[in-house]
Amino acid sequence: MKQDNKAVRETPLVIETRGLERNYRLGTETVRALRGVDLEIRRNEYVAVMGPSGSGKSTLMNLIGCLDSPTSGEYRLNGQLVSGLSDDALARVRNREIGFVFQTFNLLPRSTALDNVALPLIYAGRPKAERRERAMDALASVELADRMTHRPNELSGGQRQRVAIARALVTKPSILLADEPTGNLDSKTSEDIMMLFDRLHQDGQTIVMVTHERDIAARAERVVTLLDGCIASDNLQDPLRFPTLAERSSG
Amino acid sequence: MTFGEAFRSALEMILAHKLRAFFTILGTVVGVTFLIAVITLIEGMDAYITDEFAGQIFGVNSVMVRRSPSVTISGDPEYFRELRRRPSVRFEDAEWLAERVETPGTMAISSSSGGQVDGPVGRSISGVRITGASASFFRVRSMNVEQGRAFQQQEDEAGVPVAVIGRDVADGLFEGTNPLGKTIRIQSFPYQVIGVLERQGSLFGISMDNQVIAPARSAMNGYVNPRGVLDEIIYQVPEPRLLPGAQVEIEGWMRIRNGLRPNEPNNFEVETAEASLSFWTQITQVMLVALPGLVGISLVVGGVVIMNIMLVSVTERTREIGLRKSLGARRKDILRQFVIEAGTLAGMGGLIGIGLGGALAALVAAVSPLPAQLAPWSVLLGLALGVGVGITAGAYPAYRAAGLDPIEALGHE
Repeated sequence: MKQDNKAVRETPLVIETRGLERNYRLGTETVRALRGVDLEIRRNEYVAVMGPSGSGKSTLMNLIGCLDSPTSGEYRLNGQLVSGLSDDALARVRNREIGFVFQTFNLLPRSTALDNVALPLIYAGRPKAERRERAMDALASVELADRMTHRPNELSGGQRQRVAIARALVTKPSILLADEPTGNLDSKTSEDIMMLFDRLHQDGQTIVMVTHERDIAARAERVVTLLDGCIASDNLQDPLRFPTLAERSSG
Repeated sequence: MTFGEAFRSALEMILAHKLRAFFTILGTVVGVTFLIAVITLIEGMDAYITDEFAGQIFGVNSVMVRRSPSVTISGDPEYFRELRRRPSVRFEDAEWLAERVETPGTMAISSSSGGQVDGPVGRSISGVRITGASASFFRVRSMNVEQGRAFQQQEDEAGVPVAVIGRDVADGLFEGTNPLGKTIRIQSFPYQVIGVLERQGSLFGISMDNQVIAPARSAMNGYVNPRGVLDEIIYQVPEPRLLPGAQVEIEGWMRIRNGLRPNEPNNFEVETAEASLSFWTQITQVMLVALPGLVGISLVVGGVVIMNIMLVSVTERTREIGLRKSLGARRKDILRQFVIEAGTLAGMGGLIGIGLGGALAALVAAVSPLPAQLAPWSVLLGLALGVGVGITAGAYPAYRAAGLDPIEALGHE
């Protein structure tokens, strides 16, 4: 394991879990999806979570995303204990602190890109003018300023995912939580999306990405591998760098 | 999510599924349509009876003295025997009353019967309503003479054989030529036509223009009633507030006139339009409860349809609900979204129903003598029922949607 430098050690924790366990009842059997996970993720880290199916990575993802509560253990998000919060309080945390990016994009098919991006701000209770302005900024940041009035079926897969990323970013969340974000995209488009993640990371965004693809995980600084509900390995790595668009066009 | 946003999003959802939305609200549309149509027709009938019918048959602000009631719904033969034992109302009674009644007003008398009227060159009309009346009758009954003139009090008192004829009689006997000054025969008595009434329209499909009015003391008097006998004495007061007083006063004078002792019941009728219509008021009250009640059942069916479709919609939109929850929607946000959607949907059904119901009532009014009168309260009722049905029917599907687990919902295919 490569040692991280001192500066990283001193950046504040965004995610801190202690003995996180999650059991499901399946008929008469109890399935132990997570068996005591201790995980710390600091601000501006770019973490890939890997593992075979059934390893508990989706369960961990749901817990980190506050979509689920642990059976036991503690989860602190930005120092706030969120395990054991009420449903409504969790909804509020999801709204403010988490930006979800899904494999299947999950855009509202009949809403424009702008309306899709503005949706989290509606639940945040922001006024209409502010919603519009922030959604436009978010779309511009994913280079879709010229596609604001398009509906999902008028956009390519890569564009849809970028709309979804803009939606995840519009509330300025603590964590960008991506679940197989390139799973439904071809390799060229995947690379564009990964470059967008690289850039967001460079801009200071904390990213947690669940993936089962090694070359996608290779883009992250740190790879956490789960096996049978436990962390099997947690490695820092030099992220594999791809030339940025600017580098490619100049070279 | 504010109410306005939820409402707008509901409208978008409805517009995106126009056909489905239409079928969803069909039951509500039909229910509200018939509700509005029925209420409109009952209200129209009511307005017709109380305004037109009452105005034409009973007169406005008028007290009538009659031997027997103008409308009887009793079937008791003893009651009818009692009516036949009553004394007739006569000209002298009217004169006697006119000298004594102190409540300000106008007195008129009338007697009517159906009969035949002959014109020149062998033309004749049968089934004409023949009325012998005082000169004041025209004023009391708000009848305007559009051509020529009504007869005067002097002509009435002298029994001059002049007549005012209805439009239908004028058209039937004179066919476009000027009837004024011509001679007609009422039950073979010759009369000179001095005026033609303005068109009165019809009442329950019976033309009110098929009539002639002549001085009560003229020759035909003996035909319409036994000589000296009247159908009714009419006393019209200038303001509605004087009506109850006039009724009490006239009743008191008539009891004295007929020599009744205090414990004896009236052997005459003193009627006002309102009193005569009390039977009608009862009928409309029953109808206004019973008919919309029956129609209301179709609204229940409409509600069940909405609930069913909303449940399907919740299942179809499970992923969307999961997504919204992952983006921070709380239970109540989802609940509100679906309830407002159902309410908006059914509210639109209510609006369409109000429009169609009004149109249906207007159609019935166009092909029948009943006037349709869209009551504002029925519009509000239709809209409230529509929205109410939608919210009630949408509550359970919305509750189901709000309770969905976001993880399962997101994984739903």
